Amino acid sequence: MKLHEYQAKGVFADAGVPTPKSGLASTVEEAVAAADEVGYPCAVKAQVQVGGRGKAGGIELVDSEEELREAAERIIGMDLKGLHVDRVLIEEAVDFVDELYVGVTMDRGEGKPVVMVSTEGGVDIEEVAEQTPEAIAREHVDPAFGLHPYQARRAVFSAGVDRDVATDVARVLTTLYSLWDDKDGTDAEINPLMITSDREVVAADAVMNVDDDALFRHADLQQMEQEGDVGGDELEQKADEYGFDYVRLSGNVGIIGNGAGLVMTTLDLVDYYGGAPANFLDIGGGAKAERVTNALDMVFSDENVDSVVFNIFGGITRGDEVAKGINEALESFDEIPKPVVVRLAGTNAEEGMEILNTDLVTVEATLESAVQRAVEYAEGEQ
Amino acid sequence: MSILVDDETRVVVQGITGGEGKFHTGQMMEYGTNVVAGAVPGRGGQEVEGVPVYDTVSEAAREEDANASVVFVPPAFAGDAMFEALDSPVDLVVAITEGVPQQDMAKVYRRLGETDTYLVGPNCPGLITPGAAKLGILPGNIFSAGDVGLVSRSGTLTYQVVDSLTKRGIGQTTAVGIGGDPIIGTDFVDALELFENDPDTKAVVMCGEIGGEDEEEAADYIREYMDTPVAGFIAGRTAPPGKRMGHAGAIVSGSGTGTAESKIQALNDAGVPVGDTPEQVADAVEDFI
Repeated sequence: MKLHEYQAKGVFADAGVPTPKSGLASTVEEAVAAADEVGYPCAVKAQVQVGGRGKAGGIELVDSEEELREAAERIIGMDLKGLHVDRVLIEEAVDFVDELYVGVTMDRGEGKPVVMVSTEGGVDIEEVAEQTPEAIAREHVDPAFGLHPYQARRAVFSAGVDRDVATDVARVLTTLYSLWDDKDGTDAEINPLMITSDREVVAADAVMNVDDDALFRHADLQQMEQEGDVGGDELEQKADEYGFDYVRLSGNVGIIGNGAGLVMTTLDLVDYYGGAPANFLDIGGGAKAERVTNALDMVFSDENVDSVVFNIFGGITRGDEVAKGINEALESFDEIPKPVVVRLAGTNAEEGMEILNTDLVTVEATLESAVQRAVEYAEGEQ
Repeated sequence: MSILVDDETRVVVQGITGGEGKFHTGQMMEYGTNVVAGAVPGRGGQEVEGVPVYDTVSEAAREEDANASVVFVPPAFAGDAMFEALDSPVDLVVAITEGVPQQDMAKVYRRLGETDTYLVGPNCPGLITPGAAKLGILPGNIFSAGDVGLVSRSGTLTYQVVDSLTKRGIGQTTAVGIGGDPIIGTDFVDALELFENDPDTKAVVMCGEIGGEDEEEAADYIREYMDTPVAGFIAGRTAPPGKRMGHAGAIVSGSGTGTAESKIQALNDAGVPVGDTPEQVADAVEDFI
């Protein structure tokens, strides 16, 4: 789960990280009211979860109510990199002299959290990491002890942060780590962390991504997820309801399978045989008729899909049971809208293939031939 | 010979009274696995599938001489269950549970480093030495005993490759599903090292996927230390950056690390043929032996 900027800033501010004054608005009038509180000049910032908002026209600095109205009018309701902007954050403009970066993430190779500090804030930190990795000071954290204060100081000093603000920056880093730890964060970052002309530190942006697998123990974050959940891909929302792992792609061969690795492999084979995958859909263990029906419903309702390949490797679940589920599911449709190719493997696969209703589906014996057939069907439809 | 499990392995099942735990205990025993105990707090004194249940893993290990644990505990409690197994202690912990919070795993991983125990998983199908024992949820009937080792981040992809091998009459020494999470116990390098030191393993198949740098590290290991030939497969060539492809660990980061190209390149540079299709992996193995 990704918190919106306004949500992350709220969390950071509650923990004592200095943030600019701000207010959330979903209409122009609300924006004006928020700006009256915050004062001019201020920034109008689209609250959508996508990088590069500024370049895409989602952030504007304004000096007067007139300019603010114009900006709010333009930004609220705009389409920003495919996402609908419902809300803007009206935020006090910060008069800064320096921009730093501070962040916490999990280093999966080490299996340990890592905190990072850089004086090259305000730009894409992944670019900095690639081009000048030495510009980022890193400290790995022992999860049994947490971030020691000396580690925060060492990161700050070795990054070359000015001595007069170093203590304040180290404090922000320590707080950021605690939040990351408390909230089951996967990534937390402030970029830029601004140093003002008065030598104050201010978090001008805020990123907080949380481990979905740990949401069960954070009622406050579940609440934020509901509040922040506006827009988004309709099919991906539907997949959430059905409990599928689903990713929508841009091709026209629909894919349903079981197990992440095998479904990814099926996508790759579609590409290998000259087709383009429309989605990733993992129906998980078993293949009861209801789950099969839901999966087909999802893939059929993607208008880009011209054919479907259904690839199940029966492990503990037997192939004949899977076949019954597929038959039952397909019989529940008045008409099969797109050709479906089925391939079953594993336990009782042969029995399963015999049971499958070939009036409704094309049966193929191997994964490779099933994918090739589905690609042919998809090409025929175009 | 085999790696990690054989017919001497004595298993305690954590979470044996739950639906999954009970079902797979039956399946494991049917396969011939020596399941000697269950461990569920508050259920000591009961029996499941004829196996005695203890309140703690250490009691089960002490009373029944268990030297391996299989964890079927729900995600919220799985981290604690892994700690309990590590502290009991047993030589091998196999964590099947999917959805263990990442920060819980970081703590388990830290503790693991202080022990000599192997942890397989979490979020994995387990491992099997055909004809001897299976610890986990793999379908025993598709495997056959032989001389190819197999290590994979994905369950059903493993089955796909094994099916191809078995149909060609190529059996396996041991197949290990290491799991699809960002932080796992036994990784490719650990498993490859075990296979390299197993005299019966004549060739190895490794099935990787996008995300992280484990496959690149495995490639370095293969180039430096392995005489046993390795064939590879990498899933996720068509995955877009920033999208989690089912597994929590299967994600190409925005900066482009963890891509299939980088992994395939690294493996090819280490002399490992990487199949475009699972059948091509089986072809490569057939060439080796």
